[in-house]
Amino acid sequence: MTALNLPLTDPAALHAGDSVTLNGTVYTARDAAHARFMEALSAGEDLPFDVAGATIYFVGPTPARPGHVIGSAGPTTASRCDAYSPALVERGLAAMIGKGRRNAEVKSSMLEHGCVYFGAIEGTAALLSQCITSAEIVAYEDLGAEAVRKLTISDFPALVVNDLHGGDLYDDGPARYRRQA
Amino acid sequence: MVDVVRAGGHCGEVGRVSELRTVDVAEVEAVVRKLCVEANHELREDHVAALQRGRAAEESPIGREVFDRLLENARVSAAEQIAFCQDTGYAVVFLTIGQDVHFVGGSLAAAIDRGVAEGYSDGYLRASLVRSPVDRVNTGDNTPAMVHYDLVPGSGIELTLLVKGAGCDNMSALRMLTPAAGVEGMKRFVVETIEKAGPSASPPVTVGIGMGGTFDRAAVLAKRALTRNPTGSPSPDPKLAELEAELVDAINATGIGPAGFGGTVTTVAVHVEAYPTHIAAFPVAINLDCHSHRVRSVTL
Repeated sequence: MTALNLPLTDPAALHAGDSVTLNGTVYTARDAAHARFMEALSAGEDLPFDVAGATIYFVGPTPARPGHVIGSAGPTTASRCDAYSPALVERGLAAMIGKGRRNAEVKSSMLEHGCVYFGAIEGTAALLSQCITSAEIVAYEDLGAEAVRKLTISDFPALVVNDLHGGDLYDDGPARYRRQA
Repeated sequence: MVDVVRAGGHCGEVGRVSELRTVDVAEVEAVVRKLCVEANHELREDHVAALQRGRAAEESPIGREVFDRLLENARVSAAEQIAFCQDTGYAVVFLTIGQDVHFVGGSLAAAIDRGVAEGYSDGYLRASLVRSPVDRVNTGDNTPAMVHYDLVPGSGIELTLLVKGAGCDNMSALRMLTPAAGVEGMKRFVVETIEKAGPSASPPVTVGIGMGGTFDRAAVLAKRALTRNPTGSPSPDPKLAELEAELVDAINATGIGPAGFGGTVTTVAVHVEAYPTHIAAFPVAINLDCHSHRVRSVTL
């Protein structure tokens, strides 16, 4: 398992299927926050954080218990943001963390602009919450769980799903184990 | 005013006279509250056992690692009282009520919703429901519950809570097959649905299948099929049990594997329920549940 710091210094060294741990800053956003990003961009306004070099984690955590940084925080289905992601990738978004396949448009945009997609395991949400060392709402507080949060993550386990060489773990992995029923 | 009504005839056990049982809806509220907290923090033991069987059968090293983390997550979730999954879901309630039960103390539906609101607040669970698919304003307390009522003879009450994540519910499907398509057509539809869902349904999945009835009946059967206890136990109908085993093999042959990273175990259980249907129809509903399979039942 390779420990990586965010922002990534050598994304081209990563390959689909690599098991990594991520360390550094990520921003949370899911469906509703992405819709607002698009409204902001259409209106010519700034996004709540600088997307150039940033990492987005598709997650809507549970409320934190007293004394905890955050609640349960596993990845949600990334494809629901497929309609929005290319606009962010074009502006320099460097990485995304989620679960599930991305569509062809997102993947081609990621290859063109150099963005890596990491897969995490949703059913490890309680474990992942323990890899989050700070959390702060930076935008859209009215969205509750869907607000944009700045998180510091440490030893956060993930796998490289889409690398910068066209590899896709969600294609390559199952292909190795497919058989005739 | 009479407190006890003698209800004669065919209620309850045939030939017996059963008394009307009075139940305060506050009791239902308290039970729903408790189950919401428990189901979200403690995987049912039989489902943990199903994951352990999956771990033993999985051939992919990454797949085994996923199973190990799911099992570790189950341990930490229960020990630290951190929700097993951040999607604490819809609160789906199956309420089977004996027809000799008389609820007092107000609206039963409102009591169930109060139980959900209290459970989700007290358990630090995420409020994930919006009041309308159009304006998408969060209701703030995870209500309303999605309740299915069944009336049966007698005076018992059985309540099952299924905490249903949306990621896998979104990957579910219903199709009105023709009788000519038959069981083979149904199997193809199941595999097609699993392939389309891929990693998004968070495998290893539990698969609930409802066959027969009407369009709506098939969907409810599929959802109820998910709640079978223990997870992975065969249907009492030998033909359906055989079909379940064939479907487990066909689904695992896709190679999707744990979390969709590739592997030999994509499902840990397929539960098929069947119901009478029309001479012209073969409805099939497939409801997927993710690795966070959260179910609790009580008898009141």
